[in-house]
Amino acid sequence: MNLKMWPQPRLSLISLFFEQLGELGLLTFKSLRNIFRRPWEKKILVAQLEEIGVRSLPVVSLTAAFGGLVFGLQTYVGFHRYIGPGSEAYGGPIISLGLSKELIPILVGLMVTGRVGSAMAAEIGTMKITEQIDALFSLGADPNRYLVVPRLLACFLMLPCLTLYGDIIGIAAGYVYNVILMGVNRVIYLNNTLLYLELWDVVSGLIKAAFFGIVIALIGCWQGLRAEGGAEGVGRSTTRTVVIASISILIVNFFLSKVLPATLK
Amino acid sequence: MIKIIDLHKSFGSTKVLQGVNLEIKRGETMVIIGQSGSGKSVLIKHLIGLLKPDKGEIYVDGVEVTHLKENELRQITRKFGLLFQGGALFDSMTVAQNIAFGLTRYTNYSSQKIEQIVKASLAKVGLQGVENLMPYELSGGMKKRVGLARAIAYNPEIILYDEPSTGIDPIRADAINELINVMKKKLQVTSVVITHDMISAYKVADRIAMLYQGKIIEIGTPEEIKRTKNPVVRQFIHGEAEGPIENW
Repeated sequence: MNLKMWPQPRLSLISLFFEQLGELGLLTFKSLRNIFRRPWEKKILVAQLEEIGVRSLPVVSLTAAFGGLVFGLQTYVGFHRYIGPGSEAYGGPIISLGLSKELIPILVGLMVTGRVGSAMAAEIGTMKITEQIDALFSLGADPNRYLVVPRLLACFLMLPCLTLYGDIIGIAAGYVYNVILMGVNRVIYLNNTLLYLELWDVVSGLIKAAFFGIVIALIGCWQGLRAEGGAEGVGRSTTRTVVIASISILIVNFFLSKVLPATLK
Repeated sequence: MIKIIDLHKSFGSTKVLQGVNLEIKRGETMVIIGQSGSGKSVLIKHLIGLLKPDKGEIYVDGVEVTHLKENELRQITRKFGLLFQGGALFDSMTVAQNIAFGLTRYTNYSSQKIEQIVKASLAKVGLQGVENLMPYELSGGMKKRVGLARAIAYNPEIILYDEPSTGIDPIRADAINELINVMKKKLQVTSVVITHDMISAYKVADRIAMLYQGKIIEIGTPEEIKRTKNPVVRQFIHGEAEGPIENW
């Protein structure tokens, strides 16, 4: 068969895709294996927990508050328009369920991707092009255990915490809009929310967030480790991290929503 | 001590090493010269396990290192100290933390002892009172000297110097040459030095090897290299634009 007949650019794109998928797969396997191997880089893990968790609180607070307000607003409008005046108080469970199961985990995932995932790619990418990763190796540190594992663990642990925090802020913001600003009946709103919102709704959102954490850390570290070509290369890695991780979060979210049961009752 | 046999390495379609053969004896200083991009740094990165060859073998103290597992390789890297071309200091750490990094991983020394070694290592490279500075506060030459202090701090048996005199003023460069000689005489350290600087090469080398088109094309003492009849080596050591070397 004449190979020149093949559409070469498409062939190379496909091989590039599988090459990169293989790289990411290997990094994932190595990192998950190294989580259970000593020595653990405890100091770096604590620093990453602070960087990813504590320092993301302001951005998560703002995002969750305005997410909750706007979701509260649209739910109010929806009930008012289609069911009629007085029915707005029944929107409480919808606001809480929508926020805790879908909106807050996704918003937190996307915000952390922009704030932390890009920073991971930039930091590790700069270390790569200035030979600092080679220096780590030559001085007895495994770059995967030193750089990737603490970031992976910190994201895995902190994303659910941030999401739970965001749930509280978002649900409170929905309450503020409906009950305090629009004068919806407080007792009916709260009773319906407590009656129909299940613990599983919140927990399934937290499970999603843990998966998003894994996605953000692995893609940020992977792109950082494959950075090359100076400052321009680091910039490219940072941009790719935000794009790939954001899209991956939306895709993973769909499949998790499909796989996780709607209710445990 | 180090034996390299038929080493090949390519990056994509670019063949960088095409059958390097080289033997480095214990306690000697081997200087590897060659054009920029000729694969000198690639060669020393193979010695420490940072790169895996496409083909060939490397023996360090009789152990073939190219097929070692991570844990076994760690025992071999302990023998090496590596001075990187740009220093490669960790941006997020102070000078003292940079130098202590290898010591905390390779030894069980107390923090006081590590502090003493850090100061002594800095003094060896002519630096004092910089322990608490961050790398961005240092000049290019100072970074390089801190990188050297980090490489020698845990007393490795073999030190690999990647362009030790590049980016440093001539007086400091000569001081580093002296340091390489002192390390050899006092501690019997084996050194592999990569350089373009022929003054430095003649000063520190027991033997000089020239890497050209992926192979070692000449090897000998500084006097033998000076007297060589190989036109490629002659062009390189005399720094002539005209000659058989292409693509410079």
